[in-house]
Parts: sequence; structure tokens; C-alpha cells
Amino acid sequence: MTALTFTLVVLAVSALAGFLGALTGLGGGVVVVPLLVLALGVDVKYAIGASLVSVIATSSGAAAAYVREGYSNIRVGMLLEIATTVGAIVGAVLATHVTTHVIAIVFGLVLLQAAYQSFKGNTDGGAQVESDALGKKLRLGGTYPVEGKRQEYGVRNVPTGFGLMFGAGALSGLLGIGSGAVKVIAMDRAMKIPFKVSTTTSNFMIGVTAAASAGVYLSRGYIDPRVAMPVMLGVLGGAFIGTKVLVRAHVKTLRIVFGLVVLALAVEMLVNGVMGKV
Amino acid sequence: MDDKRLETMIGQLLRAGVLLAAAVVFAGGAFYLVRHHADQVHYKPFVESGADVRTLKGIVKSAMHLESAGLIQLGLLLLIATPVARVALAVVGFALERDRLYALVSLIVLAILVFSLMRAT
Repeated sequence: MTALTFTLVVLAVSALAGFLGALTGLGGGVVVVPLLVLALGVDVKYAIGASLVSVIATSSGAAAAYVREGYSNIRVGMLLEIATTVGAIVGAVLATHVTTHVIAIVFGLVLLQAAYQSFKGNTDGGAQVESDALGKKLRLGGTYPVEGKRQEYGVRNVPTGFGLMFGAGALSGLLGIGSGAVKVIAMDRAMKIPFKVSTTTSNFMIGVTAAASAGVYLSRGYIDPRVAMPVMLGVLGGAFIGTKVLVRAHVKTLRIVFGLVVLALAVEMLVNGVMGKV
Repeated sequence: MDDKRLETMIGQLLRAGVLLAAAVVFAGGAFYLVRHHADQVHYKPFVESGADVRTLKGIVKSAMHLESAGLIQLGLLLLIATPVARVALAVVGFALERDRLYALVSLIVLAILVFSLMRAT
């Protein structure tokens, strides 16, 4: 393959990954890595390095628009980033001791559960809960736009969310992904934060989590400029379009898209993990 | 200074950082394709690259010579710096709001990021 062909193909694939990443709060990484490795025969290390770059680009590129729309919750994001960044460092250290296919299987199971819950949908619908004692003390509740009005919501189960975020950070450091799926579960499911606020806040946090392990990736040579260049530019373009769609999309449609993406990734992770390919 | 204004500022910072990074990466990419578009490329197996694309010093030096790889890496460094700057701005923003709790929370996150990046380079 010539450098020109490779660049153009990766650019197109990354644009798709960025689109899905912004739409679901997953980040582009989980889609970029398997596509680069399986479809283009790129070594996992280069793929993971480029993925980390795409993760930061998706997060930062889309977050600017989300912040303007008033969906993300900066206090929730900042508080939970303590857990994700520490987790990212622990994950990077762990990566040198644990075989990745074991982690891939665990990750696949987590994703499978996420897909199941996404398809099942949120039973309490639009009704928002009140903050519990700790949520109130930390002033985590907020408002988000619903049909032109500001809808109030509360935040619950902060310790559980914090623990899950540590896990999300560890997976991010291990696999060079943003772990958006686990972040969304922690906020949407455990902390009872509305889905749209969860996905956008997750997107907002992913860049900071990825930055915590970026130095390690760079110094190890995982970030190759010839692979990372089309990945970063493609993802940015895709994320821009994904952001426009999200603001208009219904929660139900979002859940189905999210569920399908997570399910496909779960199967891929499990198969590759069991066969020892990852 | 309130939450809304702080969030808008952070959003603008992120956008500016990403656009600047993308412009530098695009310039490097254009140089790369002009010079190497017909090269045969393969990215397996993994080969550890040189210091000119792995260390801060090497990247800056390579970019100063307008080498395509160095320019791309410089753009990616700017991209990595964007979320770090975002956290730093949040520290200042919360401090100006006299929100001690979240100024401290942001400062802890910033310290973790700086520790991690320093340790790696």
C-alpha cells in the first residue's frame, strides 16, 4: 500500500469512528483500534497510540460544542477525573504485569452488560431524582435543556460512581481507549444522571483521562506520526458531525445506537480475547 | 465569574487548542504526502522509532527543521496539552468563583496529570 492510499483509507475510517464516538460518548478509540488492526494490518501498538490521539481529539473537539449547549456537568466531570486519571496510571503499570487477552475478556463482559442495559432502556423515563446527602454536599446536581427549558436533576451514589470511574481509567490506561462506555454506565446507571448529560460529560472527561497516559505512549514510540496524522484529522471531522446529530437525536434512538455499537465491540473483544489475539 | 461563563471559556479554550493542533498536524501531513506519497508503507511489526518523534526535545528540533514527522508530533503534543490546559483553567475559574472545594478538586487532577507527564518524559 502506498502512503497516499493508506492515509486516505485511515482518514475515512477515522471519520466514521469519530462520528460514532461523539454520538455515543464512547470516544473514537474503541472503533479505531480494531479497524486499524483487523482491516489494515497495523500493529496493535501503533493502533493503540493513534487511538489515544483520536480519543483526545474526539473529546476536546466535541466538548466545545456540548459545553455551549449546556449538557455537560463540569463539577461531576472534574470530581470523577480524580478517579479516572489515577486509574489510568495504575492501568498503565498493570499493563506490564497482566496479559492483555485476560483483560480483553473482562472488558468484553463489561461491554456486554452495558449493551444489555442500553437496550433495556431507562425505566424511570424523564423523571429526575433528587441528590442524596453526599451529592448535595458536593453540589453535584445541575440543569440541562429539555424542550427549551432547564430541567433540574440530582446526583446519587457518588462512591459507587467514583469506584467505577477508577475502573474506567484503568481500562483506558491499559488499552489506549477512552473507556466512554464504563464512564456512561457510572454516571447514567449508578449516579442517576440523565443519559444526555452522562454521554456529554463522559466525552468531556475522556480527553483528560487519555492525557494521563499520553506521555507514556509517546515516550514508548506508540504514537507514530504517519498513522496518527490521518487518525486525528479524520476523527475530528467525524466528531464534528456527530455532535450536530446528538443535539437533535432522541434518547431512545441514542440508546439503540449505543447498544448496537457496544454489543459489536463486546463480541469482538470476547472472540479476540478467548483466541488470544489481543 | 459563574459556572456558565467558566464553562464557555473552557469550551473556547478546547476549540482553540484543537484547531491549532489540527492546523499544525495538517501542515505536517501535507509536507509528508508531498514528499512521501508514493512510499510503500507497512506498520507491522512494531519498530521503536527514533528520539525525534518520541521526546519533547527531539520533536521540537525536528519541527524547527520543518520535517514532516516533527511537525505532526508537535501538533499532537499541542493536542495532548489541550486537556491539561483545560484543567488548569478550571483551577483558576473555580478559585475566582471562590469555590474552594472545586478549585482543590481541579488542582488534584492537574497534579496527577503533571506527575504522569513528567514521569514519562
